[in-house]
Amino acid sequence: LFYSCLRGSDRVPLFPSPARTHVNYEVKDNVAVIRINDPTSKVNTLTRQLQDDMMEVLNEVWGNSAVKSAVIISTKPGCFIAGANIDMIKVCKSAEEVSKLSKEGQMMFEKIEKSPIPFVAAVNGTCMGGGLEFAIACHYRVATKSKKTVMALPEVMLGLLPGAGGTQRMPKMLGLPTAFDVMLTGRSIRADKAKKMGLVHHVIDPLGPGVKDPEERLIEYLEEVAVGVAKGLAKKTVTVEKKKGLMQKVQDAVLGIPLVRNQVYKTVTQKVMKQTKGLYPAPLSIIEAVQAGVEKGPAEGYHVEAVNFGKLAMTPESRALIGLYQGQVACKKNNFGKPEREVKSLAVLGAGLMGAGIAQVTVDKGVATILKDTTTEGLARGHDQVYKGLNDKAKKKSITTFERDMTLSFLKGQLDYSGFEKVDMVIEAVFEDLSIKHKVLKEVEAVIPPHCIFASNTSALPIREIAAASKRPEKVIGMHYFSPVDKMQLLEIITTDKTSKDTTASAVAVGLKQGKVIIVVGDGPGFYTTRCLAPTLVEGIRILQEGVGPKKLDSLTTGFGFPVGVSTLIDEVGVDVAAHVAEDLGKAFGSRFGGGNVDVLKTMIQKGFKGRKSGKGCYVYSAKKKDKQVNSGTEEILKAFKLTAPPAVSGDEDVQYRLVSRFVNEAALCLQEGILADPVQGDIGAVFGLGFPPCLGGPFRFLDSFGADKLVQKMKRYEDAYGNQFTPCQLLLDYAKDPSKKFHK
Amino acid sequence: ALKPLGKTLSKPGVRNVVLVEGVRTPFLQAGTTYADLMAHDLARGALQGLLNRTAFPKEAVDYIVYGTVIQEVKTSNVAREAALGAGFSDKTPAHTVTMACISSNQAMTTAVGLVASGQCDAVVAGGVEFMSDVPIRHSRKMRKMMLSLNRARTLGARLSLLGSLRLSHLVPELPAVSEFSTAEMMGHSADRLAAAFGISRLDQDEFALRSHVLAKKAQDEGLLTDIVDFKVPGKDIVSKDNGIRPSTMEQMSKLKPAFIKPHGTVTAANSSYLTDGASAVLIMSEEKALAMGYKPKAYLRDFVYVSQDPKDQLLLGPTYAIPKVLERSGLTLADIDAFEFHEAFAGQVLANLTAMESDWFAQNCMGRKAKVGAPPMEKFNLWGGSLSLGHPFAATGCRLVTMVAHRLKKEGGQYGLVAACAAGGQGHAMLVEACPQ
Repeated sequence: LFYSCLRGSDRVPLFPSPARTHVNYEVKDNVAVIRINDPTSKVNTLTRQLQDDMMEVLNEVWGNSAVKSAVIISTKPGCFIAGANIDMIKVCKSAEEVSKLSKEGQMMFEKIEKSPIPFVAAVNGTCMGGGLEFAIACHYRVATKSKKTVMALPEVMLGLLPGAGGTQRMPKMLGLPTAFDVMLTGRSIRADKAKKMGLVHHVIDPLGPGVKDPEERLIEYLEEVAVGVAKGLAKKTVTVEKKKGLMQKVQDAVLGIPLVRNQVYKTVTQKVMKQTKGLYPAPLSIIEAVQAGVEKGPAEGYHVEAVNFGKLAMTPESRALIGLYQGQVACKKNNFGKPEREVKSLAVLGAGLMGAGIAQVTVDKGVATILKDTTTEGLARGHDQVYKGLNDKAKKKSITTFERDMTLSFLKGQLDYSGFEKVDMVIEAVFEDLSIKHKVLKEVEAVIPPHCIFASNTSALPIREIAAASKRPEKVIGMHYFSPVDKMQLLEIITTDKTSKDTTASAVAVGLKQGKVIIVVGDGPGFYTTRCLAPTLVEGIRILQEGVGPKKLDSLTTGFGFPVGVSTLIDEVGVDVAAHVAEDLGKAFGSRFGGGNVDVLKTMIQKGFKGRKSGKGCYVYSAKKKDKQVNSGTEEILKAFKLTAPPAVSGDEDVQYRLVSRFVNEAALCLQEGILADPVQGDIGAVFGLGFPPCLGGPFRFLDSFGADKLVQKMKRYEDAYGNQFTPCQLLLDYAKDPSKKFHK
Repeated sequence: ALKPLGKTLSKPGVRNVVLVEGVRTPFLQAGTTYADLMAHDLARGALQGLLNRTAFPKEAVDYIVYGTVIQEVKTSNVAREAALGAGFSDKTPAHTVTMACISSNQAMTTAVGLVASGQCDAVVAGGVEFMSDVPIRHSRKMRKMMLSLNRARTLGARLSLLGSLRLSHLVPELPAVSEFSTAEMMGHSADRLAAAFGISRLDQDEFALRSHVLAKKAQDEGLLTDIVDFKVPGKDIVSKDNGIRPSTMEQMSKLKPAFIKPHGTVTAANSSYLTDGASAVLIMSEEKALAMGYKPKAYLRDFVYVSQDPKDQLLLGPTYAIPKVLERSGLTLADIDAFEFHEAFAGQVLANLTAMESDWFAQNCMGRKAKVGAPPMEKFNLWGGSLSLGHPFAATGCRLVTMVAHRLKKEGGQYGLVAACAAGGQGHAMLVEACPQ
């Protein structure tokens, strides 16, 4: 995406322009080598300065008759162009303003596409969004196979669309089905995959050390190869068109039929609706823009792209998603400084689902890890879990089998404490029982070195209670991982008032190394995430008791934007775990955490309905059938515990808001009590850890867009029907009273 | 003219180990005259040739160590089979070693160890590679089925196993041509290496041409005296290497890259080619050799093995090995009179020379304060190298050591340095000192 790009081409500047800082070029053997490097940032983005410089250079290049072809390359290590600058969109006040940006970008890239001389994009490093749109406007693409070379059109994840011709060029380049896949998922594409798809023409392997920094040399080498290609293009010894395979020809022929294309649009739209429940406008806008271009020609296509881009930028969904993106970036930083010593070896206690998962994400980053369990069976199971996790990656070819083996060599499974005298951190993932945690803590403290940190992966037990058994509470911290550990991005770190800053810095550093998005919260029963989850689940049980079936409850929750319905969530978490948490937190917080009857869960446990792990919970699980059936046993239990639903607050929408308001109110309480340091971490924790609807951006973003006053009104109605579980907290009341107060600026 | 001898590298309390003789079969391109033989046939040729040339009493051979890379499954200990077939005493034990392209270096240094420690007085070392025939296996699925078939007791069980046979079972498995750890072909890695060091196609072609021209000259002048004739049953006597083919720069420039397409620089013409051949050397304690009336050719002095990143530094062994071996013996590059480097690829040799000339590389990759420097070309591979003479993987090491000994004698030098890279990211260097004439 580009704007203000036509300066200079239409008029001769009266004064020599100020020095170009972001783009420069030289002519080598009739090839203009245009180099990009934003000196003010670690990455190149399409800022105004970069665009102005680029336009000036392009005009000079086009005005130079000695130049027969051109190469566009970035000299910034690991980054071609990371995309448009989000701030450029954020400052716009209206859809029209944003559309204008899009139109200017479209025109700019069209000029390159229609350039009298061929352009080669030489891509090394991040090439996303506007960067990729720039590259595909060029006539030929050479890319390095460096791990940092990633191509994507991630606009959809920000609630936007590729607004600088992306929706128009992609279908032509990749065919409709692949183009939709790339734009609707926003997925990252590595160079060799891009070559296979036809997104790039030519790939280059990364280089090892030579007589200078390898990255620097790789960029030089990329330039050498790209210049060679550019010369070939000018001499017509290299052609842009690739020979199409049979499959491609067949696909093209079939998609040449308008009826077939209509079917494609229909299918894609249905798929999008199924996955988004219609809560996300961007995918539909993308389909619309593509369809306009393909069916009605480029003029209409570009027009719809620009208009839709403007509209999308003004949607609350886009604001929410951009907020999440920026929050995620913020939660990938260590705000506690550099730890005194790096954690180079780590031990995990308990080889269960969580323990093995933690071990996996740790060895994955080359950290020596001891996985300790009390039984050989447990250990073998845990080891297999790690192996399977890595082997699955090898099967998908994201790592080689050799890398799998090497990674696995960092893992040491054992039953005793040998070697613990050398570890820098111990993370316990043993059974959630305070006395067991105390026993383990004492055993560990007897063998670990003084600097070693003890972290507890508990989901609800207050860390200060665990630390009470410690001789060195300043070294005790909570690290709450989410299951499955290798898939879930969030890590919730819990500090007590005794936890030292260095211990926190160390835990954050380990989490970052493990690739986690991290929130650091204060100590208390359930910390932040579990504390928000518990009342929501308890409310879910009440709703079930009131006669809303598990399937209906699921569809109401997913219909609101939660990725997993409440009934399914209970099964996934485990009925026993849910009961444990509900009871524990119920004791800690009293009647506010009431609602559904915990005995429902207890009866389910008695009957063996412990959720997915036991094959039965709210649903019956079988390996054969994909479509899960409601467990009739659970239905009977629910009948036995039946409650009468007050009609005034039991409509579908009210059911949804009862769940959401309890979640949001508890989140607000956490902020009010200082468990949460800021709303950003609250939003990130809720979305990445608990699946709060991303389109709403998290509880605080939701309050900002929905209005605290509106939620408070609803809660008052529910309070009348049910009592203090729905009493809005003081913070909510404050924000409701003054609509100008917002959690996010 | 002999230059005044520098200090000798003999060490107090350590036996002097000498190279008495070194021979090899002619090196032939795979698929040519040797095509119908087996690996141990070539090995026999080299071993018998060594016995013939030295007239060494068989029973005085204490031990035999032999190298091979691609193993013929029928002769997994090819050392033993070849020694028996070559008429060595059946009382002489023999074992086979493997270390990719430095397998016969490993065989020789094993022999050096045996002699230096006093375990043996006379050891035969060598290596063989036979690329005209390589073991091609049934697929894993097929092998599994065949093995189960062996164990199946009833006809029904056998038939049901056979019934599981699918077309995919019949797809054969070729020997790995790529590095196991990185799944990268060596030529591909060499091309990347050349690119990393900025070695141009032109430089590589020029170096390859130099190798062929020098080899041709050496062949014509009769300097390749390590060759022993080999009689192929039913065919002529082979007495010359057949891969030496000086071409022109113009012809070489026409070739397309062999590994990285289309922009790579490594081609068939600037790479070593698949070769059949075998070599053998007689290594003894100096004492015993002199007592038996032999005139040893050279002392085998300090040697080192090194290993590094198999991905990006696969073929940089010489760069790492040379400073180490020089330091160990207290010599500098300037003390060396004759260099013999294994030439896997022209780009690889030039990358090593560039790395040795680079302070950046020394400081950032080797943890050294400064570069060690590169050998002068007027002392470097003057009789051709693996690019032109051929490269039977496990036979090359002995060829290098024998050639450097012969060159020292011919050129009147005192110190020779042998260096080679090998698959797996390993390398080797050895100092050879001429014996007093």
